[in-house]
Amino acid sequence: MEPSKHGPNGPSPTLWPAGFAVGIAVLLVGLIVDPAVISSIGAVIAILFGALWVRDATAELRGHPAPVEPETRELRAAAAAVQAPPSSSTPRFARSKFLEFSTLGLGGVIGGLVTVPIAGFAVLPPFLGQKRHETDLGPLTAFPEGKWFIATFMTDPKEGEVSRRTAFVRNNGVAGNVPSFTIISNRCAHLGCPVQANGPTGAILGEPNVVEHTANGQILLRPVVPAGFGCPCHGGQYDTEGNRTAGPPVRALDRYSFDIKNGHVILLSTFSVSHVDGTGAQAKIFKYKQAGPGEHVDGPEQWLYPLQPPHH
Amino acid sequence: MALRRPPTKAELRRERMQAVVTYPVDWLEERSGLVGGIRYFLFRNVPGDINWMQTLGSATLTAFVVQATTGVILAMYYKPTPKDAYSSIQNITDHVTLGWLVRGMHKWGASVFIILMFLHMGRVFLFSAYKYPRELNWIVGVLLLAMGMMEGFTGYLLPWDQTAYWASVVGINLNGTAPFLGPWLAQFLRGGQEIGADTLTRFYSIHMLVIPGAIIGLITLHLYLVVRLGVTSPPWSKEAAGAERPEEPSTLRKGLIPAEPGGSE
Repeated sequence: MEPSKHGPNGPSPTLWPAGFAVGIAVLLVGLIVDPAVISSIGAVIAILFGALWVRDATAELRGHPAPVEPETRELRAAAAAVQAPPSSSTPRFARSKFLEFSTLGLGGVIGGLVTVPIAGFAVLPPFLGQKRHETDLGPLTAFPEGKWFIATFMTDPKEGEVSRRTAFVRNNGVAGNVPSFTIISNRCAHLGCPVQANGPTGAILGEPNVVEHTANGQILLRPVVPAGFGCPCHGGQYDTEGNRTAGPPVRALDRYSFDIKNGHVILLSTFSVSHVDGTGAQAKIFKYKQAGPGEHVDGPEQWLYPLQPPHH
Repeated sequence: MALRRPPTKAELRRERMQAVVTYPVDWLEERSGLVGGIRYFLFRNVPGDINWMQTLGSATLTAFVVQATTGVILAMYYKPTPKDAYSSIQNITDHVTLGWLVRGMHKWGASVFIILMFLHMGRVFLFSAYKYPRELNWIVGVLLLAMGMMEGFTGYLLPWDQTAYWASVVGINLNGTAPFLGPWLAQFLRGGQEIGADTLTRFYSIHMLVIPGAIIGLITLHLYLVVRLGVTSPPWSKEAAGAERPEEPSTLRKGLIPAEPGGSE
């Protein structure tokens, strides 16, 4: 190799990283244009040039030393004297060594004693003792069969407005012997923005809002005739069962599980849904454990989220 | 040559004044060496052909100092609770004397800080100033960039209005979609499974204590490396890193090129 203009200590110029970058670029473009063909070509280019790059970069390690002139210094007499072999009278474990190790060891122990509880305090609370909320939406009679309502409520009135949530509620009538409800969370399955009902409410619809007073304070029920649900942030669209019809969401809208207690509709925890077949009381809901927005619950992508944090 | 004459009154007064000024400086220097240290830091040799572009780093540092100072003052009036956060911000803007100015400096200064970081980074890249032996300083700079972005992310929630709330919902959930640990990271950022009072106080603490501390530490390391390794010449300079130059004494200018043969910066 001829000496490069980077000087004797610098690396020689190489084209492999540029080829690698081109391969990655082709791969990324291919993900949009044609994942099967273009991406594969990009991957092959990236792997080929990556391997060449690695081979070049590790040449020295693998016993092909790069031509670098060694720097030399004159060995001074004093330095040479220091390197004289230790005399045989040196103790096997010097006092200074003992003090050095004990200081480091004690420091480590004290540091650990302080750090472990602090780190635990910083990291654990978000994952432990999460509260489970139950929300009383009002009596069954407030929900005429087949009508949609936009219900807004506080899951924890003590926390205040920050706990306000919205759900789309429809009474499906009785399925078998038990009342059936469709209760869809308005949290978008893309990135968690508030999904809105696409349809007339209030004065346009000509039906009055209903206010119920329950253990959870004021519950507002706004009648609505939705053609579907849509998210204002990035345009995700869903049908009335919460199935994604357009836009970036990765699954259907989450739903609330519910219970009927003393003739009242009680909202329990939410769960995630990949998709729903059929409608209303006959719907077949593909249920999954609650997952965050943007997380796939089915298909190969679900393996990206093998372990969910504890949830109520 | 003027004849030696007794000093005039004016000269005596000037000498006394000089003594008054230099005494505390000498006192400090003798006991700490700090004065010499500051001189060493501020009055370094730099290449003769450096460029205005190379002031972008100092500009970024200045922007950070502005952010830190205004942030400390804002913290005296801001209340990080869901009930009071927004009203305390309104109070700062509308009622506290010059509050509108300090809050404005902090808000717009945040963008200035981020923009200057990118310009500084671009300058370093285009001048090849990240190359040997300055790679580590590039890495420290990238960490600083990440810290600055986190400051932007955590600070955005604090006004606690609709924009702040939903932008943070989206931002946290974006983190949540990262593979494997994403959901855990999102829950850690939220301080629980839902955004609430804990999220606000947590973002506040991260925004004004955790990350600024890290930034100050990293800036110290960044500057140490700048002082230790020196400033690069622009790429068009005869002394640019990697430029081929004849090893003649005539090219040794201002003592910038090491005199020993074969040495390069």
